[in-house]
Amino acid sequence: MFGYVLRRLAGAVPTLFIIVTIAFFMIRLAPGGPFDLERALDPLIMQNLERAFNFDKPLWQQYLIYLGNLAQGDLGPSFTRRDFTVNDLFRTGLPVSIQLGGLALAIALVVGVFLGALAALRQNSWVDYMVVGTATFGITIPTFVIAPTLSLFFGVMMGWLPAGGWGTWRHMVLPIATLALPQIAIIARLTRGATIEALRSNHVRTARAYGLPSYVVVGVHALRGAILPVVSYLGPTAAALLTGSVVVETIFGIPGIGRYFVQGALGRDYTLVMGTVVVIACFVILFNLIVDILYAWLDPRVRYD
Amino acid sequence: MMRSMMKAAMLSTALVLAGGMAATQAFAEVVYNRGNDTDPETLDHHKTTTVVVGHLMRDLYEGLVIHNPNAEVVPGVAESWEISDDGLTYTFKIRENAKWSNGDPVTANDFVFAFRRIQDPATAAPYANMQYPIENAQAINTGGMAVEELGARAVDDHTLEIKLAAPTPYFLELLTHQTGLPMHQASVEQHGDQYTRPGNMVTNGAYMLESFTPNDKLVMRKNANFHDAGNVQIDVINYIPFEDRASCLRRFEAEEVHSCSDVPAEQMDYMREALGEKLRIAPYLGTYYLPIKTTKEKLADPRIRQAISMVIDREFLATEIWRDTMVPAYSLVPPGIGNYGDPVELEYKDQDILDREDAAKALLEEAGVTEGSLTLDLRYNTSENNKNTMTAVADMMKNIGINATISEMEGTGYFDYLKQDGDFDMVRAGWIGDYSDPQNFLFLFESDNLGFNYPRWANEEFDALMDKAGQTVDIEERAGILAEAERLMLDNVPAIPILYYSSRNLVSDKLKGWTDNIQNTHATRFLSIEG
Repeated sequence: MFGYVLRRLAGAVPTLFIIVTIAFFMIRLAPGGPFDLERALDPLIMQNLERAFNFDKPLWQQYLIYLGNLAQGDLGPSFTRRDFTVNDLFRTGLPVSIQLGGLALAIALVVGVFLGALAALRQNSWVDYMVVGTATFGITIPTFVIAPTLSLFFGVMMGWLPAGGWGTWRHMVLPIATLALPQIAIIARLTRGATIEALRSNHVRTARAYGLPSYVVVGVHALRGAILPVVSYLGPTAAALLTGSVVVETIFGIPGIGRYFVQGALGRDYTLVMGTVVVIACFVILFNLIVDILYAWLDPRVRYD
Repeated sequence: MMRSMMKAAMLSTALVLAGGMAATQAFAEVVYNRGNDTDPETLDHHKTTTVVVGHLMRDLYEGLVIHNPNAEVVPGVAESWEISDDGLTYTFKIRENAKWSNGDPVTANDFVFAFRRIQDPATAAPYANMQYPIENAQAINTGGMAVEELGARAVDDHTLEIKLAAPTPYFLELLTHQTGLPMHQASVEQHGDQYTRPGNMVTNGAYMLESFTPNDKLVMRKNANFHDAGNVQIDVINYIPFEDRASCLRRFEAEEVHSCSDVPAEQMDYMREALGEKLRIAPYLGTYYLPIKTTKEKLADPRIRQAISMVIDREFLATEIWRDTMVPAYSLVPPGIGNYGDPVELEYKDQDILDREDAAKALLEEAGVTEGSLTLDLRYNTSENNKNTMTAVADMMKNIGINATISEMEGTGYFDYLKQDGDFDMVRAGWIGDYSDPQNFLFLFESDNLGFNYPRWANEEFDALMDKAGQTVDIEERAGILAEAERLMLDNVPAIPILYYSSRNLVSDKLKGWTDNIQNTHATRFLSIEG
């Protein structure tokens, strides 16, 4: 197992390198640059700006400079937020996104698995229909509808929670709810389906035959197998949630990194976009690895040599 | 399985408690939560161009002159000044008690340092051209002249002398812009490009920088060393960026912010009804216009362009599409601008739209354009309002037999395309005045102004008039020459002005002292909060 992990981590380096290279050149395909605004700049002044940011050098040279800095952990200056380096922006923003995404994930996992298992155990009863119905609702309503609705109701109309902003636990409730709801829905459905199957399997029947109490049969034996599709789903989902959600962060005004991707792309902030690409790629690689390890741990039939 | 999930839940909770930030409550402090359009791209006012930063700079710094709540130019750091008869030399007397936030006195040298730095090519200042009226500024910025040759010098600590390249009646107005603000030389030289960090930044305005968290808020605290600190009533300002305008509206209604710098236009009817006086829509110094590529054969004849202009129902666009947040425009230079006489307008302003259509058809016939023979592509940058505007204009052109297609382009690529002489027929653009003078609108169409002259219009007479105005000292005479230039421009319509901008703000009734003005400047030092 240890050797497997090492191999995967070693394989991550060339993967990252390819991702960075492709992203670097692709971003520059988009017309315009970080200094093109509605208020157009005098062409001679533009030259001064371009020189200051190395844009007057040939592209392959800019690429090598970037790679060199990246290897030392320097993601470069931000072109649209010029008082900060990309490292600064991530240092303040990443913990916020991780906090938000992590809590949403944890809540979604606990609630989703619980509801899904419950629905499976009471299959075709009103409980089951309630769970499946709510799940469908949660999956279909987009976050950019849920978020302002929650903000409007709880923040503006009732005044129970802040309508936006960040700083206290009360600011976290609505954004986490917005992020968690669709995930609860998806996880509940996955768990329900997998649990129904697991409940019919041989090892569960054997456990029942042994006279084990219900909650042990379901909670230990059935769920262990049923959780597998959820774990698979969670890999990329965790990466996405922990790197922030553009919609939730924009609507609630949360200083995470979710918006940087979009803000960076629209503003042609090359280094910020590259930084976001690198961070997201690292998270995805990391979580895929964690998922694979968890898989091996949970399912004894899976072996990596 | 359950155990590991419990562990995960406990771990997350621990993270929350450990990482959560405790909100610091202000005790008896007056705190103003102020919405801004976005975060500033930088707090170095030599490296910015945006209005967003302008608002921040107005609170952090004080220039030689400032805008009072009515956007009139009044003394700032300079308590008085003299202008020579030929209009070329300005001598400012700097007040004795002006201080930086660290206690250092504000001296004439702080301005000389700032003016030199913005022209220094190494600074790469995007708006250096705002201060080009100063002698030798342009040569230093783009021509390699030494920075010491700049026409600004400190006669002594409290006397600043500025020499101009040509008489510039709007020079004082220019000095209210963020490019005219002073800089604390010692901290800039000590900290280099880190000088804008909280703790490093030294400012001379009513407020100083306390902290800045991107996408969260920028916090300013009252500057105790400000010469007029006794009259500043708000202690702390939280500048909060709201790219999503609807979010600001929600938080405004929840009474979490005291003002918003823009509103969600699609909710205009609701806001008018629900917010009444708190919704402030005021005339703003800006024009929305449609540049036409005059170098294309099918559009070279000014009669064709004039015909298009005639048939556009500006009242309809302002009311139906922009929900009265824009005002119909029949001139390039917006009304209320300084240093100008009576407005110069398109002649058919008061004519009925149907009569205008007939006249337009006649013009087209004269120009040899038969019905249905002309097809134009209308291009705009991504925005709901732009799309609806261009769609309406295309529809209106059909009434006189011109076919039109519309295409959308994403913002940054769009402006690049316009500047680089892209192959367009007709596009849209907007211009907000940097200073209250008609030159700031008319110069957009000078033939050598390649960065802004999207239509690539080249009219010798127009250029000559603009040059002459640039050399005229007498304000009234100059106003007459500029009016002639505008008349020429409107007769040829290389770009069709259709709307004037308005500023849109939400102002809480607890916020006192906010005065609507044409420059949309609202320095916090003139505001207070009650209740």
